[in-house]
Amino acid sequence: MRTGLIARKMGFSRLFRDDGTQVPVTLLRLEDVQVVAHKTREKHGYDALQLGTGVKKVSRVTKPMRGHFAQAGVEPKSKLTEFRISADAFVPVGAQLTAAHFVVGQRVDVCGTSIGKGFAGAMKRHNFGGLRASHGVSVSHRSHGSTGNRQDPGRVFKGKKMAGHMGDRRVTTQSIEVVEVDVERGLIIVKGSVPGADNSWVRISDAVKRKSPKDLPFPAGVAGGAQAEEASK
Amino acid sequence: MNVLEEFNKRQTDKLVAARAVPEFAPGDTLRVSVRIVEGERERTQAFEGVCILRRNRGLHSSFAVRKISYGEGVERNFPLYSPALAGIEVVRRGEVRRAKLYYLRGLSGKRARIREKQDNRDEGTTAQE
Repeated sequence: MRTGLIARKMGFSRLFRDDGTQVPVTLLRLEDVQVVAHKTREKHGYDALQLGTGVKKVSRVTKPMRGHFAQAGVEPKSKLTEFRISADAFVPVGAQLTAAHFVVGQRVDVCGTSIGKGFAGAMKRHNFGGLRASHGVSVSHRSHGSTGNRQDPGRVFKGKKMAGHMGDRRVTTQSIEVVEVDVERGLIIVKGSVPGADNSWVRISDAVKRKSPKDLPFPAGVAGGAQAEEASK
Repeated sequence: MNVLEEFNKRQTDKLVAARAVPEFAPGDTLRVSVRIVEGERERTQAFEGVCILRRNRGLHSSFAVRKISYGEGVERNFPLYSPALAGIEVVRRGEVRRAKLYYLRGLSGKRARIREKQDNRDEGTTAQE
């Protein structure tokens, strides 16, 4: 299992293909994604890579974190994330990962934090139909209906869909196609939409529910020729 | 310029290099050549009519052309930069006082005519076009 990447969602656009078809695309940009630490089965109980991305002012970094980054020999990062990997997919600490990690045509899962909608009613949150516009309904046109039965069971079941906080939670869009990879600019362009607001961080990883193509760089698309070539072998 | 704008600009430049976009405005009569793929063969089909709107959104810009086909009004929207369009040709320039000519939908025959633009004041702009 390969590592994924963290990218910044840049926004939505379209791509014109030569035959005139249009593809809706989301632009994701890598910002100096580097391996910051290893998590190993012996020491931590699981295998994972800790990746860092973005820039953080040194003066804003706490002393313990400064030590953590110094140990890895990388600039302080504004965002750290772990990706679980298999034991053979470790990438050296400090290595920079590039957009070449993914290939055009492959499917990826993109995970982000959805846009928060605040306290939303049942109609908006769960697509309920609401009550009638007339026939005696007063004030509660957008409310939900009954939430249960009578004395038996005498309570509202847990998980009942009701009004409440909507959005601002972790959402994964599965199996979306990589349309274009721009290593130079660090852009990964995927088809369709991706959860989250523009400029938010998203996790991109190989699709869980699709077979990955054979020519994927393993263990990762690392910057710097030799390693990249080695990886492709 | 941010990353998204750059991406759009790169694409727009490429598409304009492949097929130039003439200067035109609502009220102009256009002949739009549309590429049509029939199995293996590809041919172009012309759609000629009055441009009734332009929607300027950079790469996502589009325009609509209205014509009367066998007595029935037909409108078609085109993405301005789409490679599916083989060419856009301005047949006639029209003088109109609206940006969106939706009022043409309610008119027919003589009333739906558009005066031709008499542009003899500024030689410079016509030379550019």
